[in-house]
Amino acid sequence: MTAATAPAPIVRGRDIAKQFRGAAGDVVHALDGVSFEIAAGSLTALVGPDGAGKTTLLRLTAGLLVANSGSLQVLDIDVAHDPQAVQSRIAYMPQRFGLYEDLTVQENLDLYADLRGVSKEERRTTYPGLMEMTALGPFTRRLAGELSGGMKQKLGLACTLVRSPELLVLDEPTVGVDPLSRRELWEILLHLVRDQHLTVMLSTSYLDEAQWCQHVLVMHEGRVLAQGAPNDISGVAAGRSYLAEPPAGQKARDLQARLLDDAAVVDAVPEGGLVRVVCAEPLEHAAAPIQSLEGVKTTLTPPRFEDGFMILLRRVATPRSAAPRMTMDEPAAAPAGERGAEAEVAVSDLVRKFGTFTAVDHVSFEVQRGEIFGLLGPNGAGKTTTFRMLCGLLSATAGTLRVTGVDVRAGGASARRRIGYVAQKFSLYAQLSVTENLDFFAGAYGLKGDRKRDRVAWALRQFELQPFATEQSGRLPGGFKQRLAMAAALLHEPETLFLDEPTSGADPQARRDFWRRITLLAAGGVTAIVTTHFMEEAEYCDRIAVMDAGHILAQGTPAEIRRRARPIPGHETTMEDAFIAIVETSRGVDPTERSPVTESP
Amino acid sequence: MTGVAHGLRDRVRGSLRRTWALVRKETRQVVRDPSSIAVGVVLPLILILLFGYGLSLDVQHVGVAVVLEDPAPEAAELAAGFQLSPSFSAHVVRSMSDAEHLLQTGDVDGIVRVRSDFTRRLALGDVTVQLVVNGVDGNRARIIEGYSQGAIGEWAARRAAEGFGGAVEPVIVQDRMWFNEANDSHYFLVPGLIVLVMTLIGALLTSMVMAREWERGTLEAMFVTPVRPGEILLGKIVPYFFLGMIGLALCLLSAKFLFHIPFRGSVWLLAATSALYLLVALAAGLSISSATKSQFVASQITLVATFLPAFLLSGFMFDLRSMPTPVRLLTYILPARYYVTLLQTIFLAGNVWGIVLPDAAVLATMAALLLLLARVLTRKTLA
Repeated sequence: MTAATAPAPIVRGRDIAKQFRGAAGDVVHALDGVSFEIAAGSLTALVGPDGAGKTTLLRLTAGLLVANSGSLQVLDIDVAHDPQAVQSRIAYMPQRFGLYEDLTVQENLDLYADLRGVSKEERRTTYPGLMEMTALGPFTRRLAGELSGGMKQKLGLACTLVRSPELLVLDEPTVGVDPLSRRELWEILLHLVRDQHLTVMLSTSYLDEAQWCQHVLVMHEGRVLAQGAPNDISGVAAGRSYLAEPPAGQKARDLQARLLDDAAVVDAVPEGGLVRVVCAEPLEHAAAPIQSLEGVKTTLTPPRFEDGFMILLRRVATPRSAAPRMTMDEPAAAPAGERGAEAEVAVSDLVRKFGTFTAVDHVSFEVQRGEIFGLLGPNGAGKTTTFRMLCGLLSATAGTLRVTGVDVRAGGASARRRIGYVAQKFSLYAQLSVTENLDFFAGAYGLKGDRKRDRVAWALRQFELQPFATEQSGRLPGGFKQRLAMAAALLHEPETLFLDEPTSGADPQARRDFWRRITLLAAGGVTAIVTTHFMEEAEYCDRIAVMDAGHILAQGTPAEIRRRARPIPGHETTMEDAFIAIVETSRGVDPTERSPVTESP
Repeated sequence: MTGVAHGLRDRVRGSLRRTWALVRKETRQVVRDPSSIAVGVVLPLILILLFGYGLSLDVQHVGVAVVLEDPAPEAAELAAGFQLSPSFSAHVVRSMSDAEHLLQTGDVDGIVRVRSDFTRRLALGDVTVQLVVNGVDGNRARIIEGYSQGAIGEWAARRAAEGFGGAVEPVIVQDRMWFNEANDSHYFLVPGLIVLVMTLIGALLTSMVMAREWERGTLEAMFVTPVRPGEILLGKIVPYFFLGMIGLALCLLSAKFLFHIPFRGSVWLLAATSALYLLVALAAGLSISSATKSQFVASQITLVATFLPAFLLSGFMFDLRSMPTPVRLLTYILPARYYVTLLQTIFLAGNVWGIVLPDAAVLATMAALLLLLARVLTRKTLA
């Protein structure tokens, strides 16, 4: 690639504004004065929290929506004026796969080839390449609905590539995809851009993905906060990122929680037993020493993309509302260790079969009171099935299952009263108000009279839901829905809380809020079992288990798991590297066959 | 000049190829989706059997109490008329209070009271028989009334024939049912059933499968290809048109071989008019789903806007002439009304062009307008 020739931009947007009428008749400014350019042969990412306007901008580019003002030229065509001309030349993958689940892999491909006018001869040359790239070759006769999430995304991508498009538009292609498939998808994308000179425009809520792009638009509430190369964004945090070592005897997440409360700290996340801190100003220039870092050893570290992103966000967003302070009206559960040695959750040789398929195959683990236990694994690993059995929602085929000392398989009902369950999807009543939902769940858990009133009031207060008390639950912003779901699951003061992918699709701020609450609950003696796709979130857990194909492949503290990663020279190993190494080793993949994606172009 | 012709030919060829790809895709989905098969084939069969065997508007074995307050043989002869008729199941009682009790318990739906002065009044040629009918179901009550009058009339005719005439010759009104000589309600129920089957497949099924594509985001991905909205619509219309015609064939076969309903018109005329109605239903279903973009809302609206009117206001179940004027005027905008008239005419009366042509013209106009509406409503935008 010759960097000298500056190719003409493929997309040019000037002062784009797009408004929608909200559910309550109010006007929502989805985009507000957005200007950007996308260079030919580049990979551009739109990053930003929920509601930033990423999807709207992609849909405008694909001619699926028309802007209220501003101009948008795609391939030198005014897309608002002649959307069909653009649509005939570009390809687009919406957030929801857009595949026909009752058609086979081959039939889906053929449909798109027919629609795009790809001749039989052309197919003979393109199909093998697509099959090899996506590794879908062995599954051409399988129904698309029977593919895993990652494979569906790859098929969706293949359908957009049956005829090489002049611009490829992808809306959150990796959302809900496990780390392994995510890395494979990125390898495909990087290959397309590097070797086939495809121009790609995509949106993502995974900030670590931004580092693989040439150009990044950081978006927030309909505006572009910053755009440039990923290093430009990371550079915003230069000299302000530190690694802090928690004092002996203190958990990294407790130090992190304290740091987050400090106004002089922009961001803090646990990382490999340490805490990554992003300060509002470099420590040596700080007017006053940061209180929460007193007595803590800090070392300057190169900033990550996310660090710069958080600083940009802090500049425009109202400073983080006083971080949640969870107080229990009465001790919800006895502090850790009081019950003696018995584990809060004890699972041994758990098996669940669906017909001939074994979803969970002799899984054993124990979780102590007040622990945060993470269950990680690719799609279809058996995490959700394990969860449902623990909650008594699904019967086990074999094995023993004890939750809070009760045998779930024998007496599910009494165990169920002592657990809380937050499902993967928002499972509250969207038409009921926040208070009505809480009232209903309190009633369902058998709370009555004063106690019910107290608990509902507690939930509104603790989860800062008072301003939304009369709002319809379905209209809450994403992060608040999550809070409401958690509040509902905690009304009856369960001793154990199960959370199935609670942070999937949540923006970084909402995820930090969420983990802050979980940390506080654990400190109060509540046991939490969490599944997640965000590998860095494993750092919040006391112990984690990595699952694949129904088996537990590794179990231990985050530090122990991290050590299983294959070291890459000059690159700090992450939890995700460790996860991928563990799963690949178990699947018998030869790591030398794959080029690590981190060798950025 | 040739370049323009070439460009046009390529465009048409591209459009045909895309439409054919969509038709194939849709057909595969119909074949694989059990719910499509259920609505397209199983439901028509169930409806045919249910309406054919389960539901009948004919009145048979009606319970009546015959109150014989006069023990004379003439009165007993009248009672025998009820006892022997297959239309009635008669209970002979001695007092009115017994009969009222039977009526209240629901054992009988009518009372025929032969007063104690029956023989005396008969001799004077001025006799009346009191008839009490349970009026809860008005239709049924009128039918029972008619049957009872018939039974009494027959008795009178018999007496007259035997020479007991009395002063006045009883006037015998002989009913004759035209077109439905057997007075069998299947004759008009089964043809009417076809309107239900065509509405279900045409409007309900199509509105749901189209709305499903909006809901699942499959259309969103397809929009960003060279495909045109008209091609998407045609891709839906063609497979479901054939599914509807299969439903029609099932109904016709069952009408002929299960219920032995006479078929006096031309099958081809019936198929042609059915095709027109099917297009109306398809276009209505596609318009509704494109406007609502949600399976649940689309199915509810389709039920209320197409299926229920086809059931209640088409003249299939209830006589249009006995409806209040505003409701009757409303039926003129319902395509099902014209189709039911066409069906009943072609089935039971034959190719009566005076009815067939105007009604078919109305359906053709409605089909054209609704197809245009569907095309206008189906736009490649998400707003």
